[in-house]
Amino acid sequence: MTVTAPRPTPQRSAGSRAGDLLSRVFGGGSATVFALLIVVFAAIFIVNPSFAEPPSLMAFLKQAAPLMILAIGQYFVIVSGEFDLSVGSLVGAQVVIAAALIDGEEGRTVPVILLMVGFGILVGLVNGLITTLLKVQSFITTLGMMLVLYGAIRLWTGGAPTGALSEAFRQPGRGGIDMAVVRQLPWALMILVGVVIVAVAVMRSSYGRTLVATGDNERAAGFSGVRVWRVRTLAFVVSSVLATLAAILIGGYAGVTAQVGQGLEFTAITAVVLGGVVLGGGRGSVVAAMAGALTLEALFVLFNQLSMPSTIRPAVQGVIIIAAVAYAARERARPRHHQEVPSQPQPNEA
Amino acid sequence: MSRAVAVAGTGRTTRRRLGATELVWLALVGVTVIGAVLVALDDQNLFSIANTRDILSRSSLLGFVAIGQTLVILCRSLDLSVGYVMALSSLIAATTMNGDPARVPLAIGAVLLVAGAIGLCNGLIVTVLKVNPFIATLGVGLIIKGYLDTEYQGPAGEVPSSFQQFGFSRIGPVPVSTLVMLAVAVAGILFLRKTRTGYHMFAVGGSADVARLSGVRTGRVLVTAHVLCSIAAGIAGLLIAARFGTGSALVYNSGYDLESIAAVVLGGTLLMGGRGGIGGTIAGVLILAVLDTVFNILAVDPFFKDVLRGTIIVAAVAIYARRQIDRKASRIRFGGDGGSGGSAPPEPRPDQPAPELDRPGGPDDTDRRPGAGGSREPSVAADSGPADQQGHRPARHLDGTGGAR
Repeated sequence: MTVTAPRPTPQRSAGSRAGDLLSRVFGGGSATVFALLIVVFAAIFIVNPSFAEPPSLMAFLKQAAPLMILAIGQYFVIVSGEFDLSVGSLVGAQVVIAAALIDGEEGRTVPVILLMVGFGILVGLVNGLITTLLKVQSFITTLGMMLVLYGAIRLWTGGAPTGALSEAFRQPGRGGIDMAVVRQLPWALMILVGVVIVAVAVMRSSYGRTLVATGDNERAAGFSGVRVWRVRTLAFVVSSVLATLAAILIGGYAGVTAQVGQGLEFTAITAVVLGGVVLGGGRGSVVAAMAGALTLEALFVLFNQLSMPSTIRPAVQGVIIIAAVAYAARERARPRHHQEVPSQPQPNEA
Repeated sequence: MSRAVAVAGTGRTTRRRLGATELVWLALVGVTVIGAVLVALDDQNLFSIANTRDILSRSSLLGFVAIGQTLVILCRSLDLSVGYVMALSSLIAATTMNGDPARVPLAIGAVLLVAGAIGLCNGLIVTVLKVNPFIATLGVGLIIKGYLDTEYQGPAGEVPSSFQQFGFSRIGPVPVSTLVMLAVAVAGILFLRKTRTGYHMFAVGGSADVARLSGVRTGRVLVTAHVLCSIAAGIAGLLIAARFGTGSALVYNSGYDLESIAAVVLGGTLLMGGRGGIGGTIAGVLILAVLDTVFNILAVDPFFKDVLRGTIIVAAVAIYARRQIDRKASRIRFGGDGGSGGSAPPEPRPDQPAPELDRPGGPDDTDRRPGAGGSREPSVAADSGPADQQGHRPARHLDGTGGAR
């Protein structure tokens, strides 16, 4: 990159730079998800205009935050070229752990949350190290982890979740700051915004670029000095920690049941892929992955608003997912040479 | 550089005697022996008629699904819709038969037709619409789920007793369903080894772009694999109908999709495609069945069973992975591929330095392998598998289905 500096940088107008920025944010298969998001929201507003009022929007975001956080975690793993099928089980396990250990006592909230984060890190480390060092495909590693967590938690609690969550534990998931316009600014939304800011910053940092490079071509990344195993393991840890965070929000919002988290891994992966992130790694942005999750949640709201029978919903969801991903794939298949040329010096990048 | 690689290739062919499939069957023997000992300590006999029958009848259902799944995974795709196809097939079979023995052939035909059509959809969505197989089959599964949930609230239809024989009758200790499963497995093995499409499946899974450039119609091969996979799931659905005596929509909750993938991978087939086979898959299915039966006899807590199962699957794949790191290196140089032949690397091998290089990489190099290649070409042995996976990335706009995993 430094060698190419002598070549004069072509002057570009502000307009084309803005266009570049737009195409960088929305391009590469991600445009589909933003278009779909707008369409779904427009449909919701048409069916139910009162949904556009700030209080109901806030309530919607509060409900959508856990899946978006999960999707961000899943994005880290997917963009590095792997899968994490264990997040659904992990969410369930963490909620059950929280309920059993807190057992309704306020004083235990913070220690238990710390313990949960530690458990999340442990699960991520195990996933990552088995995948990278023992060379087990992540699909199998995390499938095994899913079975182990599912069984271990039920073995521990004897089948049904025991205990209760404390009021303080439930605050992040259901509480918020009372405000004038929006009635309540949910903690979940603020946590989500914090996670998004950190995630975007991380993806722009050298770690994020290394992660994408690893997902794109791990061999080339390895030759360039990337310690692939470390980068990927860290991605698994991020995914598990964010799943823990999502578990705290879900537990707070929905309470404890035996079914918490079931199937969430597929929803999260679907959300990420809907956001134009390519399974196999190396492509897609974290914002788009999050938008994919938001779109899915909006879709569920739309189904509600249309009072669509609950049995037919999976079918509609399936059709929409396939259609959206097919459309994005068609977009991507078009040759776009202006982005494929890497020799353009990019002054503001390390 | 190319010489070092060539040496690595020749050394490897001599070590191929114990293939992945043999290893899996050895693992099956090991699991059976350990299981038998544990059961014997509990004063019971794993090989009693009842227990053998239990193992075999457990394996038949998963066996059908896993055979189909093997074909798809060989092509570097996967099928998450099999559970839903099974449920739908059982319902179609039971409602079409409706207790009338004369309608059995009609029902079987209808099931195979519908299942094949679903597979066709899967395959076309993957190849023509270029949707990632994970999403494509998940989406098709959701569509079927929506249909099932809407149309069927509970069990429906009735299977005549003549067809229930398929589920219950046995010859000696061997259930008929297991025999049918083994027959399908043999047919599948012959299909992979003896037909052109079978060969092409390995080629497509190894590298879709290379296969295409070599004149393989990759799309057709992939669609064929998906159709066969769904038909196999349809047969499993028929078996469910025969066992339950009715059709049940809730079968899709049993997790056959992930379990079949686990069985396939346990059987030594690479999830990245291009390597493996049905023989190994059958061993994988039997391993899972033996484990289940042993757990049942020992009255292991069902939740502890999940923990053990998860651990065993990961551990087994970790063991295979240690070998496959080596084996993948041989595949990329066409050293000795299981299916598609071609043993001699195209590089000019008989150069002058070759013989002296050959010595360290000769037949006795079992434990020196990483060093032999490593001194000259540090990461060929360790890294070429993933490189093969990623190799076609630059031509991404051509690449529809390859970027799966």
